[in-house]
Amino acid sequence: MLQTDVLVIGAGAVGCAIARELTKYQLKVLVVDKNEDVGGEASKSNSAIIHTGYDAPPGTLESQLVVAANPMYELLTRQLDVPYQKVGAILPAFTDEQFDKLPALKAKAFQNRVYDVEYLTGEQLLAMEPNLNPEVKAGLYIPRENIIDPFLLVVAYAENAQQNGAHFLLNTKVTGIRVENGRVVGAQTTAGEIQATYIVNAAGLYCDDVAAMVGKNDYTVNPRKGQFYILDKNTTCKVNHIVLPIPTKVTKGKLMCPTIHGNMLVGPTAEELEDKQDYSTTAEGLASIETDVRRLIPGVNLRDSITQYCGLRPNRNPEGLHVDTYDDVKNYVNLSGVRSTGLTASVSLGKYVAQRLIEIGMPVNFNSTFNPIRKGIPRFHEMTYEEQDALIRENPLYGKVICRCETITEGEIVEAIHRPIPARSVDAIKRRLRAGMGRCQGGFCGPRVLEILGREPGVPTEEIRKNQIGSHMITGKVRGERVIANV
Amino acid sequence: MAAAVSAKKQGAKQVLVIERDSSLGGILQQCIHPGFGLSYYDEELTGPEYAGRFIRQAQELGVKTLLNSMVLEVLPDGTVICTNAEYGITTVRAKSVVLAMGCRERTRGNIQIPGTRPAGIYTAGAAQRLINRQNEMVGRRVVILGSGDIGMIMARRMTLEGAQVVAVVEIMDFLAGLTRNRVQCLDDFGIPLLLSHTVTRVMGNRRVEGVCVARVDENKKPILETEEFYPCDTLLLSVGLIPENELSRTAHVEMSAITGGPVVNQCMQTSVPCLFACGNVVHVNDLVDNVSWESEVAGREAARYAMGQLPQSAGTVTCEPGNNVRYICPQHIALTEEKAEVDLYFRVKLPEEKVRIRLLCNGKELGKKSAIKVNPGEMEHIKVSMSDLTAGKLEVHVAKGV
Amino acid sequence: MTEKQITCIICPIGCRITVRGEDDTVLSLEGNQCIRGEAYAKNEFIHPVRILTTTVKVEGADTPLIPVRSDQPVPQEKLMECMDLIKEVSVTKPVLRYQVIVPDILGTGANIVATGEVL
Repeated sequence: MLQTDVLVIGAGAVGCAIARELTKYQLKVLVVDKNEDVGGEASKSNSAIIHTGYDAPPGTLESQLVVAANPMYELLTRQLDVPYQKVGAILPAFTDEQFDKLPALKAKAFQNRVYDVEYLTGEQLLAMEPNLNPEVKAGLYIPRENIIDPFLLVVAYAENAQQNGAHFLLNTKVTGIRVENGRVVGAQTTAGEIQATYIVNAAGLYCDDVAAMVGKNDYTVNPRKGQFYILDKNTTCKVNHIVLPIPTKVTKGKLMCPTIHGNMLVGPTAEELEDKQDYSTTAEGLASIETDVRRLIPGVNLRDSITQYCGLRPNRNPEGLHVDTYDDVKNYVNLSGVRSTGLTASVSLGKYVAQRLIEIGMPVNFNSTFNPIRKGIPRFHEMTYEEQDALIRENPLYGKVICRCETITEGEIVEAIHRPIPARSVDAIKRRLRAGMGRCQGGFCGPRVLEILGREPGVPTEEIRKNQIGSHMITGKVRGERVIANV
Repeated sequence: MAAAVSAKKQGAKQVLVIERDSSLGGILQQCIHPGFGLSYYDEELTGPEYAGRFIRQAQELGVKTLLNSMVLEVLPDGTVICTNAEYGITTVRAKSVVLAMGCRERTRGNIQIPGTRPAGIYTAGAAQRLINRQNEMVGRRVVILGSGDIGMIMARRMTLEGAQVVAVVEIMDFLAGLTRNRVQCLDDFGIPLLLSHTVTRVMGNRRVEGVCVARVDENKKPILETEEFYPCDTLLLSVGLIPENELSRTAHVEMSAITGGPVVNQCMQTSVPCLFACGNVVHVNDLVDNVSWESEVAGREAARYAMGQLPQSAGTVTCEPGNNVRYICPQHIALTEEKAEVDLYFRVKLPEEKVRIRLLCNGKELGKKSAIKVNPGEMEHIKVSMSDLTAGKLEVHVAKGV
Repeated sequence: MTEKQITCIICPIGCRITVRGEDDTVLSLEGNQCIRGEAYAKNEFIHPVRILTTTVKVEGADTPLIPVRSDQPVPQEKLMECMDLIKEVSVTKPVLRYQVIVPDILGTGANIVATGEVL
């Protein structure tokens, strides 16, 4: 039977950040996740923004965590080798009604101790963002709203945690939690029984199901769907900042912003759902994005979209980000309501949860060998020709480009497959390297990636999946023996 | 390959082909079906055979090749930078360069089909590579969206390999590809073709479980009441091709918004004098035969440019699409003293029967021909003699009647 | 008497030709606009034939498949039967272009030959 000091359920941004934080102590840390890769749920489909917390509900835990997290990213992303870019956000007002809301928004930012929010005139905003609707009257500038590669952040947390001694068990679903004498002692999983002294529920969208296993289901998770467009890097109408609408009572609204790799991101919708597996985009949802974002950026060209996707925010009912411990279920920490600001809050939540564990008795023995530095896979396309040449001479596989849209080499793909947290699915490769994320969406590199995913670990290609179990890429050989009966 | 062969024949001393794949021939190597060379060679060849003829000719003429090499950048002075596992980052300095990168397929994201994002959605070309070259069967029960030639060819291919093709769905009220492919790829195997229909939704969280198909109205908007669920494990997309011009753009070549390719003159010369272009990188062709002819021009003229033999232009004629013409390639003609015939390739916007094609230069009729049927899926062609042209504009009109 | 709708593929017009007849005899033809269409439709009615193209397994090579074709058209109704036979065949390298892989497939007189090369 597997035995661990701390069992973290959920390998999203938050679970992986907690695991990394816990490796600063002399502890056995194990992270389990039902998906085939880390970051396979809410962490993979969000707006990829590191927020300041300027608009969080003041005085809440969410506000504290987000506001505290923002300044940590500069050092963190350098340590973890994660692309991060300071772009800033603008909040333009076009109508009198919107204009009248600006003082309250600024006041709220100040309540959240985000003091660098400033008023800008219409001319200033247009100078910053020439494609903005020229009817802009004035607006707010929030300089520290920044963009990040969300996939690599999760992978980097996980790899750094593992490098410092944490273990990851993927494709493993928790089916039950054992509570004895008022404290948790372990979990039943699809990979067998796990004995654990402490358990952290960071299951995001499914945290209510996990909470129910210890009888603490006093809330539900109501997914809130967000649909997005990604536009081609060559789209003519671009923005340089995160362009946010003035929120209404109902919604925060739909934004347009650059991604860290130079695409444009447009969305999201906000639709209340029951079904946690409804990852489908809809014609109506996508059309509503177009209507709304045109008010901000009239020239936005959604015909330049290379893909559309949908994320589910693990919204809590009743609302609010909660980190709970219980007197009658000891040694257990329950996270809930970690919604769209969760990516930003992951780094501070890691620290906060570690502290809560210490408060409930987790022993504090510092791990003197903890190394905060994680080196990522070399990013060929970001290098100078001299650097590329040197890399190819070291490893000729870097001389062979597989994904031509994003210039991703075979060397990078092979390394991703053999990393400590190995990429073994098509989506895992795509999230780490962007192979298949460009304008041809894998039309060219897809067949080649499949070949490498089979060849490197010596797995039959019939077993290669897009992501989860059941998402087989192919149904068998054209010529030869192997045929998979059920897809 | 055709450009390389032609450049060599024209007298170019050194001709180098840079190819990203491990073998020559490009996409033809996976196009194992027949139908190539009917006009160029006057016989019916498969893709690998057609490519094989050019490869042999190139080898015999001493064309050099650099395989497994991805070009990272083409500079406006003819410098080409590529990456190669053996030689590292390699710089090639050329007197002239022919861009022949071909095209890529439009994707699900481009046409914005709503629904989930499961495994089992492939562009027809990706499926073709997997099936014909990598021995990987992509699915068992297939819906194909788009009646482009590759889509129909894959319908037959998958049927021959034991898959069930449920339907080929086409949003337009006419076939996108060639009639011969409808007959031999769909009708032969009893595969239904649904014109004026589209896929409105993809279902299934892991592997495709089915798609919803609906009829569209005259504005191409789905009529929701007609939506029907088709169970399938695979959706193939044959919804158009886009010239692949990332390199042309970084070389600051002037692009045409209509073709998505470089603007060229009758020599297939782009706005950057030492850069020429041919084939699907310029405009998407239906027949490889046309590509070969056009590439011969590009290769020949690029060789002449490199040898300093390309004559000075004495004026420009701009080719303007007239009635029911979507575009004309070349987009302009550089007038010279040379006696030459210029081939104008063009596509119509809408299908039409019994038409008259008229060629007007600055209002003066230079030529006309009639056609019993024109179709956006099929490239049309008309010749004009250089000596008849005067600087200004040249229009091609297609109109019903005699 | 049987009736068959045939779409002519000789030229881009694509005439819809209605052919009526019995076995090897064509009794009537309607819808064609030219003489070439008549010949095509007669052949399609009496005995449609097609070039078959597919792939054959290559054992022990980096390229798992080699493309093949029938060197002359085979009866359309025998295409699937030919496939069943070809699926069972494999070759070892080297294979040269136009090398015969299956001679006289199903007694049709057509050979299945390689269209690519594996060296």
